[in-house]
Amino acid sequence: MNLILVTFIILLAFTSYYFGRKKALVIQSSQRLTALPKFYGYYLAAWCAAPALIIFALWSVFEPSIVKTFILQDYTDQNLTKNELQLIYTKVKALAAGTYTGNITNFLDESANKYIQLKGIANSAKVAIILAILIFSLSFAYRSVQKNDRMREPVEIFLKWVLFVASLGAVLVTIGIVFSLLFEAIRFFQAVKIFDFIFGTHWYPAKTFVRDGQPDPELMKDAFGAVPLFAGTFFIAFIAMCVAIPIGLLSGIYLSEYAGRGVRKYAKPIIEILAGIPTVVYGFFAALTVGPFVKEIGNAMGLEVSAESALAAGAVMGVMIIPFISSLSDDVITAVPQNLRDGSYAMGATKSETVKKVIFPAALPGIVGSILLAVSRAVGETMIVVMASGLAANLTMNPLESTSTITAQIVVILIGDQQFGDPKTQSAFALGISLFIVTLFLNVIALSVVKKYREKYE
Amino acid sequence: MNSFKKNLLKKRYNAERRFQWYGKIAIGLALSFLTVFMFQIFSKGYSAFQKTWIVTEVHYDKELLLIDAESPSKDDLENADYYDVAYKAMTSLDPGLPEEEDRQLIQMVSYKYEAEVKDLLLKNPDYLGKIVPIKLTASDDVDQVHKRNYPRDIPEENRRVNDYQLQIYDMLNERGDILSEFNISFFTSPDSREAELAGIASSFMGTVFSILVCLAFSFPVAVLAAIYLEEFAPKNKFTDFIEVNINNLAAVPSIVFGLLGLGVLLAVFNLPRSTPLVGGITLSLMTLPTIIIAARASLKAVPPSIREAALAMGASNMQTTMHHTVPLSMPGTLSGTIIGLAQALGETAPLILIGMVAFVNTIPGTPVDPAASLPVQIYIWSESAERGFVEKVSACIMVLLAFLILMNLAAQIVRHKFEKKWS
Repeated sequence: MNLILVTFIILLAFTSYYFGRKKALVIQSSQRLTALPKFYGYYLAAWCAAPALIIFALWSVFEPSIVKTFILQDYTDQNLTKNELQLIYTKVKALAAGTYTGNITNFLDESANKYIQLKGIANSAKVAIILAILIFSLSFAYRSVQKNDRMREPVEIFLKWVLFVASLGAVLVTIGIVFSLLFEAIRFFQAVKIFDFIFGTHWYPAKTFVRDGQPDPELMKDAFGAVPLFAGTFFIAFIAMCVAIPIGLLSGIYLSEYAGRGVRKYAKPIIEILAGIPTVVYGFFAALTVGPFVKEIGNAMGLEVSAESALAAGAVMGVMIIPFISSLSDDVITAVPQNLRDGSYAMGATKSETVKKVIFPAALPGIVGSILLAVSRAVGETMIVVMASGLAANLTMNPLESTSTITAQIVVILIGDQQFGDPKTQSAFALGISLFIVTLFLNVIALSVVKKYREKYE
Repeated sequence: MNSFKKNLLKKRYNAERRFQWYGKIAIGLALSFLTVFMFQIFSKGYSAFQKTWIVTEVHYDKELLLIDAESPSKDDLENADYYDVAYKAMTSLDPGLPEEEDRQLIQMVSYKYEAEVKDLLLKNPDYLGKIVPIKLTASDDVDQVHKRNYPRDIPEENRRVNDYQLQIYDMLNERGDILSEFNISFFTSPDSREAELAGIASSFMGTVFSILVCLAFSFPVAVLAAIYLEEFAPKNKFTDFIEVNINNLAAVPSIVFGLLGLGVLLAVFNLPRSTPLVGGITLSLMTLPTIIIAARASLKAVPPSIREAALAMGASNMQTTMHHTVPLSMPGTLSGTIIGLAQALGETAPLILIGMVAFVNTIPGTPVDPAASLPVQIYIWSESAERGFVEKVSACIMVLLAFLILMNLAAQIVRHKFEKKWS
């Protein structure tokens, strides 16, 4: 039904384009046109499609909730909780669609009939309203075409609005992220104190699971302490940085200061391949090759090593991050003005002395910024940790043991079927918003540092 | 020059050389990681492109098939009972085997061997009543033995293939009845719990659909947004805010987009779970900032003289933008889009959260059918314990990397072939 309506609107818009252009050619015979003929077409088409589609979208968004209120009105006197009402509504919808298999009560049957009836009314009302709008807006637009009003300006203003609305898309995504995370997270913090979440040292959400009824509040208090996850996240990110910073920075310096054209031309893109490999592939590599390898070496040295060690995950993550640091620091170093180098050489400094004592300090803010961006990347990395490091949240600083991270726990909690309204599911959103805040913080600092640095040498 | 100064100079030159070597070693390390990595994937995965068959003889005995008709129709063949025929085909490999041990032989082929026996007859109805050779898919254990991935000299209880089965395998191998052919079914069949039958068709289609949905949603919005921000936006607080927003969005971890997809697309809009439609929309939110940034950069690269010339000829701002600036910026925008899509192609975590990790053993025909995607398939298979899946994972990785390389090549070609050089 909806599809037919939308296709109809779009087809009508196309026809009105051709109609408008034709009309312009007719007008042309008696008076001077105010714009190219095609603008007459655009004008009609825009008036045809835009109001109808906007109303259609609004209708589609609000119709379900309005129908729901109407249906659930009959149940207000039964003192039901929100979840029970939701369940009833789902049943009514299933019954109306003919897919309900449970017990059919009279009341439910009545509601289902009412639902079908309401849907029918809503559908015909929608069609009627949209047809009315189409007729109204088209006749309005046609009148101005007939009057030979200015045509190009309104069309361009309309286009500009379309562009503006599109640019709001990115803002909308951010709002969506913040609200969807906040909505669930707030409900989570109603069940679990925010203090217990931030400072608790024990993460074991599985034990709050009870088949029916509410979980024990004492258990809840001890199950959602996120400290081991924060610690694990930053610990693995730290290991990754220990691998990525020296290799990335040194190769960045070498590429920008020493390497000849040929080396630079080939080495740089090849190193950047490392950044293009999907993280799940790194995860597989870490779990299957690096993990057992680390374990073997550790065992040979007489150490107790878990097969899923933080070291393996961190090291592989470090390899993934090398190109971020190397190419960012390469850019930053290249941006250092040549006269700083020339000054240093003129004083008799060698190349490495120039790099260490002049270029590096000059480029330091930019390098710090790129390292912060890399840290934010490491903190948000998911698949390597899920596959290569453990899923049990140990609070440990031993790189040979397994630890878990925020991202890995989100995946563990939400893989498979989720039940909304369960504190375990909501905890994933609480973790998500803390992850979002941490990475946002790192990014804002990094971007502002890099921006300041750029301005300094421009 | 006195000796002290000479020594100092020598020291400084040594430090210089050392420093250069550090840089070379760092680059060498980065390159060797890549080499080791590629080597591992290829050495583990190439064997998955070979499939092992066991050749035996099948007697399409009318009595055993329970076919009564003199000249049976297609329906008769369809409804016949193939259990006994297939069973006999396998047990005939070792007629001396006691009946209670027959499982050992049956286990050497895939559990779908009965269907394979049926398919051969349906394809060649004239085989009815004849004894013909037939190729049966070997079980993944026999497959791994044939590819020499299983050590044979360890104690029997540690092996997945017992001594008897090895003996049969050796006998067949000597007769030349173990065939190794290019594994077409890896590309044409959907996922399966059995490694020897599992293929990437379902996840491949899932990936294609997700990417197409992602392109359909992100490309128009991103390009329009970039045009507005670069060409029309007034310089004020609000546009600054949009800009900061886009830059930050580009650095939000992908899993957060998964949470968004779960919390909004599935929970609020009730879109169908586990489908490429939801996956594609989630990915499109992620690629949106990438494409906006690329499109803005290439709009910025169009020299102002183009705009000035158009304006001087009396074109309006909108005409200048739509007729001149945007077409000239398209190559850069397109190559940025392809790179953004390549990033989305490799994403796993957000797709897991919206349920594309479900076991799907049908090939999706539309974006609203449940599906997996290639990276998720890698994750699913690598979680499974069977040895046969390790080579499948590596092979799947090869396909994914090939896909990525192709996309990046396309981006390069678009950029170099169509981009105008302004100088």
